[in-house]
Amino acid sequence: MNSEKHDNLISVHIDGEEVRVPPGTNMIEAARSIGTEIPHYCYHPKLSVVGNCRMCLVEMGMPGRDRETGEPMLDEKGQPKILWMPKPAVACATGAAPGMHIRTDSALVRSCREGVMEFLLVNHPLDCPICDQAGECHLQEFATDYGRGYSRFVEEKNVKPKRTRLGPRVMLDDERCILCSRCIRFCKEIADDDVLGFIDRGSYSTLTCFPGKELANNYSLNTVDICPVGALTSTDFRFRMRPWFLKQSPSICIESSVGVNTVVWSREGTIYRITPRRNDAVNDTWMSDSGRTLYKGVDSGDRMNVYTLEGRPADAGAVLEECVALLRGGSVAVVGSGRSSVEEQWMLKRTVEALGDEIPVYLVGRTEPGDGLLISNDRNPNVRGALLTGLMDTLPAATLDDLGARIEAGEIDTILSFGEDLCAAGLARGQLKKVRVIYAGTHHNDCSQRSRVEIPLLTVFERSGSFVNQQFRLQRFSRAIPGPEGVYSDLAFLALLHARLTGLRPMRPEPAEIWKHLSREIAALRGIEYDRISDTGVVIDGSKFAHLPFCEGKSLHYEPTAATAVS
Amino acid sequence: MAISEQRVILKHVDEPGYDPGIECYVRHGGYETLRKAVGMQPEEICRGVEVSEVRGRGGAGFPAGMKWKFLDRKSGKPIYLICNADESEPGTFKDRQIMHKDPHQLIEGMMVSAFAIQAALAFIYIREEMPQAARILEAAIDEARARGFVGEDILGSGYSCEIVVHRGAAAYICGEETGLIESLEGKRAYPRIKPPYFPAALGLYQCPTIVNNVETLCHVKHVVAIGGEAFARTGSPGNTGTRIWCVSGHVQRPGYYEFECGALTLGEMIHDVCGGVHPGRSLKAVIPGGSSAKILRADERFTGKLKDGTEFDWGLNDIPLDFDSLMACGSMSGSGGIIVMDDRVDMVEALANINAFYSHESCGQCTPCREGSLWMKKITKRMAEGGARTEDTDLLLSIGDQIAGRTICAFGEACAWPTQSFVSKFRDEFLAKASEDSGKRKGLRLV
Ligand SMILES: Cc1cc2nc3c(=O)[nH]c(=O)nc-3n(C[C@H](O)[C@H](O)[C@H](O)COP(=O)(O)O)c2cc1C
Ligand code: SF4
Ligand code: SF4
Ligand code: SF4
Ligand code: FES
Repeated sequence: MNSEKHDNLISVHIDGEEVRVPPGTNMIEAARSIGTEIPHYCYHPKLSVVGNCRMCLVEMGMPGRDRETGEPMLDEKGQPKILWMPKPAVACATGAAPGMHIRTDSALVRSCREGVMEFLLVNHPLDCPICDQAGECHLQEFATDYGRGYSRFVEEKNVKPKRTRLGPRVMLDDERCILCSRCIRFCKEIADDDVLGFIDRGSYSTLTCFPGKELANNYSLNTVDICPVGALTSTDFRFRMRPWFLKQSPSICIESSVGVNTVVWSREGTIYRITPRRNDAVNDTWMSDSGRTLYKGVDSGDRMNVYTLEGRPADAGAVLEECVALLRGGSVAVVGSGRSSVEEQWMLKRTVEALGDEIPVYLVGRTEPGDGLLISNDRNPNVRGALLTGLMDTLPAATLDDLGARIEAGEIDTILSFGEDLCAAGLARGQLKKVRVIYAGTHHNDCSQRSRVEIPLLTVFERSGSFVNQQFRLQRFSRAIPGPEGVYSDLAFLALLHARLTGLRPMRPEPAEIWKHLSREIAALRGIEYDRISDTGVVIDGSKFAHLPFCEGKSLHYEPTAATAVS
Repeated sequence: MAISEQRVILKHVDEPGYDPGIECYVRHGGYETLRKAVGMQPEEICRGVEVSEVRGRGGAGFPAGMKWKFLDRKSGKPIYLICNADESEPGTFKDRQIMHKDPHQLIEGMMVSAFAIQAALAFIYIREEMPQAARILEAAIDEARARGFVGEDILGSGYSCEIVVHRGAAAYICGEETGLIESLEGKRAYPRIKPPYFPAALGLYQCPTIVNNVETLCHVKHVVAIGGEAFARTGSPGNTGTRIWCVSGHVQRPGYYEFECGALTLGEMIHDVCGGVHPGRSLKAVIPGGSSAKILRADERFTGKLKDGTEFDWGLNDIPLDFDSLMACGSMSGSGGIIVMDDRVDMVEALANINAFYSHESCGQCTPCREGSLWMKKITKRMAEGGARTEDTDLLLSIGDQIAGRTICAFGEACAWPTQSFVSKFRDEFLAKASEDSGKRKGLRLV
């Protein structure tokens, strides 16, 4: 309970316990804040409140006041007398008012829940064993917690369409739909793509797409996440795995500098799906469909998973030797990546320092129009990390023209690219022929074909670390699955390379270890301990970079003018 | 007819030679009240309506003056007036008479009301199934506009207000005021949650809005014509003015009849005014306020205390026809639709029929009403068709109890009250169904 006395907080009483909340807080949230669950289906914290499921009915009362004197009425014990409303009220649409009392566990409330549960089940298929939602179904959970436990229904159930394709990624089973309208509200209010609605009336109401439309927007899979039952399923995930078998790892989407918080669901080294993780300052409870498919790169056929020298498999030790030889044997340029973590970028910076003072360092910019929602114009998740670590002091250009010119001028003998396809970044084949390329990457491409040394890297799902998003919010991601056998993590490889170049002992390649240095060296990161970074991240001071023309426009929780420095 | 009607709203309706044209209306003194009204202060009219204690005729009987007082005038948003002409409660056919036979009375009542609340625009939301009434109203509005009673600068007062006739979306729920507002906005008629969407604050287009029934708005005209105090002296205290009662079912002279509230009893209405049940039949039960009102048994005794403290002990025939008395008897005057049933009626079949209506009309938005109404229908239909079980009786009651008071709009009560009252008052009949020969199932045709 909040003991601080803020002026703007008011007291309400939930089952007799006093709670202080901002005025107007709905009673579901007020109760949640003290660990009391008010079961609900249609209410969603990020959508408009419609109050249609009636699962959240509670008893509500207000302190009485004498009609004539206006004085508070007192009971026998001298306590304020509470006048209880004769009818139950929906907690989702009941905003906290001073002195309000609610009961969440009275006989009436229990009977309301039992009634609603029974009603929701009378026309429901009740075939959880073959339903994809089983295990993460609110209907199933609340039926266990608040249901009657037996059926009084002997009539024939309604029949509705079982397999409707709402769009390329979402399937609908209307018989399982409890008509909560969350999906409809999401499309209208968040995705700005008003394509879903109900047809017919009463118990025959049926969810459908408007004629000639389909649910195809890049946020369509959020409807699957928020559907409280098994009505909406993802064509990608449905019937592939029971959710209770899956391990959940918190991660960050690398689609853009928004840094959408995610959960990666995996089993035995295989990822089955990615869903959003709530962060009210970043992505609320949403993520794009495109971000959810990124895991498919992990097992794609072009994955790079062995070290090679001159195109032939080699062991990591030999590769390291060769790297040292190449990097020491001529003038070097280094290309880092805005997709590397803060720790990796810092380690790369240390590596550059070990090579000398005048080493040119580049990053590859990825600017593409964002969608104003959760994909920003900057498709690199961590350009700001490169600035903070000092790897870069300017914003990256989209192509490596400057590096190309240096090659043409014969100034460069060796390029170390840590994570970037140099061909895609604008270097011509002819230019690459003039240099020796050490390429570290996750996938084969034109650049890997033209490189002397290939170093396999791990995908974001196989590593741990942190990114700094467009808000200068430092956010951690954690390893969901192991990388390919025999492949060092990006950080470990850099640590080994650094050690070989300097003759020092290799640093322990753990983000927490790296942060001991980071938080000492970099003013803006001072005091931050990796393991204590909150799950929703921490905003760091980016005012030092306020002068840079960052390319992001407005997105869900980001106003470019207020971009830097403020939390 | 032993008792003669006291027609105010229907004064000229059905008079030989009276037609719905404006000439006829004006010849009978029409629009004089509007002339009077625009010469008054709007607040004065509102006060008059409050003093008159005129109650809403749409169903809930809420005092119109008080409703108007709730208008959020501080918001600075435009105020809208909506006439609820969706009349669709089974057993109710009064608004239709007014619109067909005396449309200018409604228009005058609306313009007086619109001026009183200073509405920016007025709507008539008319039931889809009344196309003729819609055409009559549109023609009448054109006539009234041509004479300066509607539209720009009404009667030189500087006040302007248009009336828009909007054809409804053909669903009973469009009559529920917030469902109506959604429908008028072009959406599905899904009633809104209250709080926060009270029409007087957040109504049409989230602006302050008054929704009143056709008959209520006509009464406003008479309130202004004779003054609030004088109006308050008609009818009985707290139940002022006249009401149009629609009597249907097993009486010899069904029809619409206008009386001052409390001027006669239910028995007088049925037996004297409507000629009683058909020869050889006896009265079994009455639904006094449209099909959603709780049914009353012919042989029931009603005892209790009225609002003013007087005790009563009535038989069905003794109940005064007004708002409060019917409420005191556990039912309501609702929309004024009195449905009379004689001893031929099988109560299970009658309830199955009512349940068929409500399950068909539930908008489906909230769980208890959506699922409960259809479940009750399925049970009563099965019972009526010869498949009754003993446990169905209590099951029906329990389902009704799980709906009433737990829904978004009053449709929840509307669909639960028939079941709750039929089953508890005719329990034996429902239980008997279970022991009837269930071998031969009959096909029941429900409306
Ligand atoms: C399910 C339902 C249906 C209704 N249908 C009508 C109707 O057809 N006509 C009407 O005037 N009021 C109807 N009402 C009542 C309206 O919601 C509203 O209370 C009324 O129009 C207010 O007018 P009044 O105060 O003049 O009675 C209905 C209410 C409910 C709950
Ligand atoms: S939606 Fe939930 S309750 Fe329904 S069948 Fe699926 S798992 Fe079971
Ligand atoms: S499909 Fe799911 S989210 Fe959409 S209305 Fe039905 S139950 Fe609710
Ligand atoms: S009570 Fe019935 S009609 Fe009213 S909102 Fe709920 S489902 Fe719709
Ligand atoms: S959560 Fe559905 S009614 Fe409150």
